[in-house]
Amino acid sequence: MRRSLSSLAVLFWCATSLAAGGHGPALEPANVDLTDQASLHRGVRLFVNYCVSCHSASFMRYNRIAKDLDLTEEVVQANLMFTTDKIGDAMEVAMRSTEAESWFGAAPPDLSVVARSRGEDWLYNFLLGFYVDENRPTGVNNTLFKDTAMPHVLWELQGLQHAVYHTERDDDGKETTTLDHLELVVPGTLGEDEYKHLVQDLVSFLVYLAEPAKLIRYRIGFWVIVYLFVLLAAAYLMKREYWKDIH
Amino acid sequence: MNAVVKQLTGLRDWVDDRFPLVQLWNEHMGQYYAPKNFNFWYYFGVLSIVVLAIQIVTGIWLTMNYKPDANLAFASVEYIMRDVEFGWLIRYMHSTGASAFFIVIYLHMFRALLYGSYKKPRELIWVLGMFTYLALMAEAFLGYLLPWGQMSFWGAQVIISLFGAIPFIGDTLSLWIRGDFVVSDVTLNRFFSLHVIAMPLAIIGLVFLHIIALHEVGSNNPDGIEIKKTKGPDGIPLDGIPFHPYYSVKDTVGVIVFLILFAAVMFFAPEFGGWFLEANNFIPANPLVTPDHIVPLWYFTPFYAILRAVPDKLIGVLLMGASTSILFLLPWLDRSPVKSIRYRGPIFKSALALFIISFFALGYLGTQKPTVELTWMARGLTVIYFGFFVFMPLYTKIDSTKPVPDRLTSK
Amino acid sequence: MAEIMSDNAVDIDRRRFLTGTTVVIGGIGAAVAAVPFIASFQPSARAKAIGAPVEVDIGRLQPGQRITQKWRGKPVWIVRRTPAMIEALKKLDGELLRDPSSENSDQPAYATNAWRSTREEYLILVGLCTHLGCSPNFVPESGASGMGEAWVGGFFCPCHGSKFDLAGRVYGGYPAPTNMTVPPYRFVSDTRIIIGEDKEGAA
Repeated sequence: MRRSLSSLAVLFWCATSLAAGGHGPALEPANVDLTDQASLHRGVRLFVNYCVSCHSASFMRYNRIAKDLDLTEEVVQANLMFTTDKIGDAMEVAMRSTEAESWFGAAPPDLSVVARSRGEDWLYNFLLGFYVDENRPTGVNNTLFKDTAMPHVLWELQGLQHAVYHTERDDDGKETTTLDHLELVVPGTLGEDEYKHLVQDLVSFLVYLAEPAKLIRYRIGFWVIVYLFVLLAAAYLMKREYWKDIH
Repeated sequence: MNAVVKQLTGLRDWVDDRFPLVQLWNEHMGQYYAPKNFNFWYYFGVLSIVVLAIQIVTGIWLTMNYKPDANLAFASVEYIMRDVEFGWLIRYMHSTGASAFFIVIYLHMFRALLYGSYKKPRELIWVLGMFTYLALMAEAFLGYLLPWGQMSFWGAQVIISLFGAIPFIGDTLSLWIRGDFVVSDVTLNRFFSLHVIAMPLAIIGLVFLHIIALHEVGSNNPDGIEIKKTKGPDGIPLDGIPFHPYYSVKDTVGVIVFLILFAAVMFFAPEFGGWFLEANNFIPANPLVTPDHIVPLWYFTPFYAILRAVPDKLIGVLLMGASTSILFLLPWLDRSPVKSIRYRGPIFKSALALFIISFFALGYLGTQKPTVELTWMARGLTVIYFGFFVFMPLYTKIDSTKPVPDRLTSK
Repeated sequence: MAEIMSDNAVDIDRRRFLTGTTVVIGGIGAAVAAVPFIASFQPSARAKAIGAPVEVDIGRLQPGQRITQKWRGKPVWIVRRTPAMIEALKKLDGELLRDPSSENSDQPAYATNAWRSTREEYLILVGLCTHLGCSPNFVPESGASGMGEAWVGGFFCPCHGSKFDLAGRVYGGYPAPTNMTVPPYRFVSDTRIIIGEDKEGAA
């Protein structure tokens, strides 16, 4: 009985990792830390300065960001609010989606829950994976999202990468060319590590954006489980006392 | 203190003169004699009721803020998650509860397979339970459309189009179910009504009948012995103990352990690696773009694997239907003279083990992309799955059995 | 019955104690578990955002006129009183009015004077009758027909006949029990008022 339960547990664990990982290239981990409030502060600033001109986050209100990230409403109003002056409003975008679609070919999606649909590692690697591609109207392509309509908004910070290809010849003489890695050809204002930290800050904010409750549910959950163990002890003693009768 | 007790007793007597309160209590709790050897597998009945209660209460609260309109539904769920105080908690309780319900129900059904709880005189309990299981599957399917995510939409689209496989009436039937040419706002609204009130009423009614039928005959037990066969001079089964206080107290412990696991998932891993809350469902439904990989929720995947294993659309649908319906026939397929696995021979034990392996394996295959090799594997497993039932009349008859004692074995 | 009698007699005190302890601990848990459900009834962030303070431009409001602004789903009136109206207000007292000094009605501290506002010239009122919530009519003319000889201007509720003066104070002898409510507000400038927020912050 115990053995079959533990083998069941192993089965579940494998299935979980397989379901979550899925197919595709190995992703560099984003290592998001939601307890690092300074990181979230940098992240929200980046988000508002680089993303909100095209992307809305229409499920997140400014006063919620103020409350969760320990910022005063004045600071939020002065630094983060460009499309409205009401602190209770949501992060809407200035660009109309019909115009965006005609300019970019696809309307920039709302980013409120993108960290839950794409996952933090995908987002991290996406923002690291832009490279020069003259065939695209934006001049760039992306290793994770082929033919994305999104321009490389952070190019001044990262610089420009070129794709380096790798050609393989198999036994039949057929050649296949695959992307091997990206190489920085035009440096940006930030070094590689600095840029990666910046992207990590932005992705951390996106993870918070997707689920603000994440900041408190671990804490509440801990106490709920502590309480339940206390209750379990009392209930178990009660049960054992009554069951002394039975043999 | 004594005055309070006297008042309460007086109130009880007043009610009891007008309503069979004390009689019902005695019949179903205080003097309902259950076998004294209930083990781990016997918690899942009470746990099913607990999860049902959780789903109803959280469901009522979610309905206060959810909007069953294709343009508003997805946003209303995020509204609950962010703007409604503690809305996120209520939502996670409901989504965790849905998966918990199926875990508990599958284990509850497995107990019946272990101990022959479906055999005479408990066939009706089993049949009512099976109807409840079907109602629960319908309830889950209807509910999953409501968040109006990509998985919600395309999962519903795919399953409803299965009805199109039925000859002659198929397309009309799919149109009738949807109320529109594709899954749309019309479909969402009616699924909302069915999920919120119609199916829950059916489930509550069926559970009520299920318990009445159970109490009429009395519970089975891990030894598969009928305790009513050996009664004392007072007419009470010698191996029976009153449900209250013994099992009310024991079940309390079981419920708390369950709540610990439930809370652990709900607070620390509500998505459960994408199994309980799927990543693709955080993308609003888009009728023009199908996600790469449509997977039904984990509790449907074994049957989905069976559907995909068959190369013909209609036969696949029929076989998928048969894979759940055949369970109804268990009481009549099982020809063994003994109930409990403890006294059955090696053939049944192997058959049951193979069935469980095929159920899990099919479940896993249902989540994967159907490659040629995996499809052949699914076909083989489907044969094993059905073999458990189809050959049961034969192998249960020829299987060896151990002698069943008259009295319950000590715990 | 099964062999329930064990060697030891049933220790009823211990049973009571353990059962009581479990029930009490469980009861506390149940009460705490009820909190999220009860709290979820509170106005949501969206409701609070919609009910946020609203700014009104009164630059074009003429003396003797009234404009209406929706705040929290309710009509809020801004009336620009003429000097004659203000003089007439000061003459009304307990003979006609039920609560001339606004002791029993709902208004911020700065509106407990006879004109029930921070500036005599402007009246800001929640335009709902304190009887059962209808929105009264604006009858500013002295001696308006059907209002009686003593009428010096005010509001008349058509539902059940309650009357209020030009400071929203209720007349005695009619069903409305209290003066009309004054919401929190403040002047941002001479031509702009914020309703729903005063010097103490948002309501």
